[in-house]
Amino acid sequence: MAEQPVPQSPLASLADALAATGADGVTLAACPARARLNLRLDPEDGGALEAAGAALGGTLPLAPNTATAAADGWSILWLGPNEWLVCGPADDGAARAGALEAALAGTHHAVTDVGAMYTTLTLAGANARTVLMKGCRLDLHPRAFAPGACAQTALARAQVILHQIGAEPVYELTVRNSFAHYLASWLLDAMAEYRPA
Amino acid sequence: MGFRLEKSGRIDRTKPLDFTFNGRRYRGFAGDTLASALIANGTHLTSRSFKYHRPRGILTAGAEEPSALVQLGEGARTEPNLRATQVELYDGLVASGVNAWPSASCDLAAWTGRLAPLFPAGFYYKTFLWPASFWKALYEPAIRRMAGLGHAPDAPDPDSYDRMNAHCDVLVVGAGPAGIAAALAAGEAGARVVLVDEQPALGGALQGLRHRVDGVDGTEWAGAAAARLAAMPEVRVLTRTTLFGYYDHNTLSAVERRTDHLGPGRPAGTSRQRLWTIKAGRVVLATGAHERPLVFADNDRPGIMLASAAQRYVNAYAALPGERAVLFTNNDAAYEAAHDIVEAGGSVGAVVDCRPQPTAPLAPALREAGAALHTGSVIAATHGAKRVRSVTVAKLGKDGGLSRERYRIYCDSVLVSGGWSPAVHLFCQSGGRLAFEEARGVLLPGEATQALQVAGAAGGSFGLAACLAEGGAAGAEAARAAGFGDGSPPPPPPSDAPEPGAITPYWLAPGLKPLGHGKAKHMVDHQDDVTAADIRLAAREGFRSVEHVKRYTTIGMGTDQGKTANVNGLAILADTLGKTVPEVGTTTYRPPYTPVTFGALAGRDRGDLMDPVRRTAMHEWHEENGAVFEPVGQWHRPWWYPKPGEDKHAAVARECRAVREACGLLDASTLGKIEIAGPDSARLLDMVYTNAFSTLKVGRVRYGLMCGDDGMVFDDGTTARLGENRYLMTTTTGNAAHVLEWLEEWLQTEWPEMRVWCTSVTEQWATVALAGPRARDVLAAVAPALALDTESFPFMSVTEGTVAGAPARVFRISFTGELSFEINVPWHHGRHVWEALMAAGADHGITPYGTEAMHVLRAERGFIIVGQETDGTTTPQDLGMDWIVSKKKPDFLGKRAWSRADNLREDRKQLVGILTENPKEVLPEGTQLVDKPGRAPVPMIGHVSSSYMSPTLGRSIALALVRRGRARMGETVHAAPDGRFLPCTITEPVFYDPEGAKRDG
Repeated sequence: MAEQPVPQSPLASLADALAATGADGVTLAACPARARLNLRLDPEDGGALEAAGAALGGTLPLAPNTATAAADGWSILWLGPNEWLVCGPADDGAARAGALEAALAGTHHAVTDVGAMYTTLTLAGANARTVLMKGCRLDLHPRAFAPGACAQTALARAQVILHQIGAEPVYELTVRNSFAHYLASWLLDAMAEYRPA
Repeated sequence: MGFRLEKSGRIDRTKPLDFTFNGRRYRGFAGDTLASALIANGTHLTSRSFKYHRPRGILTAGAEEPSALVQLGEGARTEPNLRATQVELYDGLVASGVNAWPSASCDLAAWTGRLAPLFPAGFYYKTFLWPASFWKALYEPAIRRMAGLGHAPDAPDPDSYDRMNAHCDVLVVGAGPAGIAAALAAGEAGARVVLVDEQPALGGALQGLRHRVDGVDGTEWAGAAAARLAAMPEVRVLTRTTLFGYYDHNTLSAVERRTDHLGPGRPAGTSRQRLWTIKAGRVVLATGAHERPLVFADNDRPGIMLASAAQRYVNAYAALPGERAVLFTNNDAAYEAAHDIVEAGGSVGAVVDCRPQPTAPLAPALREAGAALHTGSVIAATHGAKRVRSVTVAKLGKDGGLSRERYRIYCDSVLVSGGWSPAVHLFCQSGGRLAFEEARGVLLPGEATQALQVAGAAGGSFGLAACLAEGGAAGAEAARAAGFGDGSPPPPPPSDAPEPGAITPYWLAPGLKPLGHGKAKHMVDHQDDVTAADIRLAAREGFRSVEHVKRYTTIGMGTDQGKTANVNGLAILADTLGKTVPEVGTTTYRPPYTPVTFGALAGRDRGDLMDPVRRTAMHEWHEENGAVFEPVGQWHRPWWYPKPGEDKHAAVARECRAVREACGLLDASTLGKIEIAGPDSARLLDMVYTNAFSTLKVGRVRYGLMCGDDGMVFDDGTTARLGENRYLMTTTTGNAAHVLEWLEEWLQTEWPEMRVWCTSVTEQWATVALAGPRARDVLAAVAPALALDTESFPFMSVTEGTVAGAPARVFRISFTGELSFEINVPWHHGRHVWEALMAAGADHGITPYGTEAMHVLRAERGFIIVGQETDGTTTPQDLGMDWIVSKKKPDFLGKRAWSRADNLREDRKQLVGILTENPKEVLPEGTQLVDKPGRAPVPMIGHVSSSYMSPTLGRSIALALVRRGRARMGETVHAAPDGRFLPCTITEPVFYDPEGAKRDG
């Protein structure tokens, strides 16, 4: 398996346009491939929550629309009362999935590899929030949406998992691969007014 | 520039701007509107009226303008029906009045005015009725050409538009004194505030007045307030922004004009207009009030304008409405407008007050300035062609009619004031009810249904001091309700304006002849040319409901929604019917408050961004290799790959032959994929599919049909058992999301005890279908470690391994009838694996094929497509698929429905094959089938659901749903595609390899 082909990004054809962003207060970039696991378990199921947390070196968030950081660069995003998205370094995915399966043996759970299903974009800079306001109906004001907040929402006409990871602000937008080209094109268009003439 | 004052005003005399109106060149200044610049140039005639082509001028100075409508700009950027009163002047502006040809001054259609007796209210219901065929061909086009407003551009819009979603604790609508005070109070309390105003600068009515607030000129106070608000980080001020819609849950829409005022020199990167959607905790409506005209004979000549508008033109724009004005009023407040004109150096010839003993404090000052005071009098007639030149003033008799005492007064402008109407439009849109106050003749906001407050003139408090106090209190209270501050109102700043003074509502001034006789018109609705006589006529003809009168006369139905007309119209109707205004009721105001461009509504949802194009991992390969794409939902799938010189037919035939004779490659990534995990997975699948999945062995695959609880087929696909408690379900491309919702719905509402997790993995995998007799050889070349022989990897099974270096799940399923492998690899290896297969298959004649070839191949083999062979009324039995309906399972979705009488009918439409007598004839899909040729109506016995030229069979084939079709094999029916009757034979719906001999290669 050592000779796996190089993963391809759905945004490869937009690489130049993405690289040209950032001149005036907002940068859009495609994140490298990462591991993503969809985790389902019943939080009432005695011990499952704690076992999963221990396997990840963190705590599964129970407050809606929040994310927590776990060990070794992993993060855990709340998607629903019994659903989380667990993200981390690409080469660590299989090991982490195995650890979760082992920890959750005997409980009613599902660990599904969705690492190749999504593309993650970062949108950062002083104008990042304004750009998102052009296509997202959520209230992204710091009083309502701060670092550590996440939400499954619509941005323009695409479904995204929106995760604020920095106060600057920095957002991660995780989108299904088929929508990635549309979403990045939309964002580049929405950012155009901040591009120096 | 004869009417431009040398001093005063808020225009920038150092920045002259040249513009063209109705073909003539003029000069104005920065800070002008088109209307104020025209008035400063002595031009009042702007356009022609909607129905009678009467000369029309500038009536107002704001959003309520019904008559000075212009066509702005040229070419692709032209825009119709803009109010000249709201168009900010820019250098090089080109505009013309609407509804006039060749010009407003010399309008060839003005003869329609002389035919006015032919066009009473509702004329289109009474005339042009015969013959009926003439309406569409002749009358309607002719009327549409004659009546009507501006014209839409006929080229694509070159500008860009965008949207913004905002949230706030307090939204303040209107930045007059009340709105400014509200925004300051709420902002100081710490609330997130949005203040919206349609003007370029804050101040609202203060811009047109000369009053002082907090010791300084009112506009200076507004400017200082703007600076204070700008310094508050949680306050957003949107100027040049019209809040036009108030919807449920305190969601409001506004359009910001970002670059319109810059004209063609607007910066390229900035969107021209921006649509704001604002979600507010509390709303403060400080929308002010509109002065309303008085209704008198020929009250629509150019030069006749609202008193407050004239006052605004003088004070804000240093533009005098004329050399000599006459004021016609029923209230004290309007005297101030006349007084400001005198103070500015203008002349007021007469004040006509319909009240017998007016008490206006400014009356003596006006008399001293030379104005004759006519009390208990009205304007009974106006004179002049394209501009008012004189008026006939008549004393009112005891009965309210005209006495014999009359005066002719020469003037070139008439200022009218019938009192003020609160701008309750947004309040009405929010769902609030109105209440009528008899004493001042005003419709006031009544009970609110949303979290809002009304402050200032919008609530009927017309005095400046009251506006400032109410605004501050409303802002503080709104902030408190949102959790900021204690709600105690700030002390209002002192101001010097007098109280609004007395008013006596007055609705209809008699003319020299009885209403409706002679040529004079008492105009109520200036935009739609609705007169008082029209309203009387409607009442005489039996219309009682205000809603019916509105539709019959068209009052209030123009682009201005009757802002200046409605209250007068209501009162005249009530008076005619002998009722009160509350008894008559009011019509409703609807969004938008003023018209909104389609561009603003579309935002950036246009062109390539109109709707997402969902792309597979191999999308760019398809593009590079010349694929023609077929939209399937939001996906774009390769339809066929034409080679140079090939048409669709040739390309599809080549692709089909390749699959049958060598091998082909299809991008099948778009199929829905759902992982189903948990101890009750098998139970769930047994319930949602018609056949059993609990009996499926691990590593095996089964085809399943899914029915609704009505027994009708709604999806199909294969499901593999990956482990004891783990399945992978596939769905049709278009139904992927729906099937997942369907599973979740049953799990969450009916079977919550089932322990199952469903997770979409559609896009985790890129799927390549490799099909054809050489498929095994090709796959073996890139997956040497996989055992591909029929014994180790039998039909309808799944295996895992490595394909072209990528981890893969390979299914042996077939939608073509040929030996076929569906290779699933992680999405980001999709293109790599596709290209590896293409390279490995080069010597085997591998050919990429699209969805059209796929359709042909599956139809040859008799495989259905949900949504093509089914239409929501098709059962598995109708499709001849009883074999897939379990006889053993006690219950599953759809089962009970099949015992319904209608589903047991023997004459249901059943799936059959159809072969035309002429093998070259390809029937259009949807073609109706009949038993025998004959003249319509012919009983229809079915329809063609799929139809193709089959390269394999060398003839056309079709699938059809035919009544009792299964019992009619070999019979002849007739297809009726286009008036011809084509004999066809009913056959089994499988045309190729019915034994399935080809599937193992």
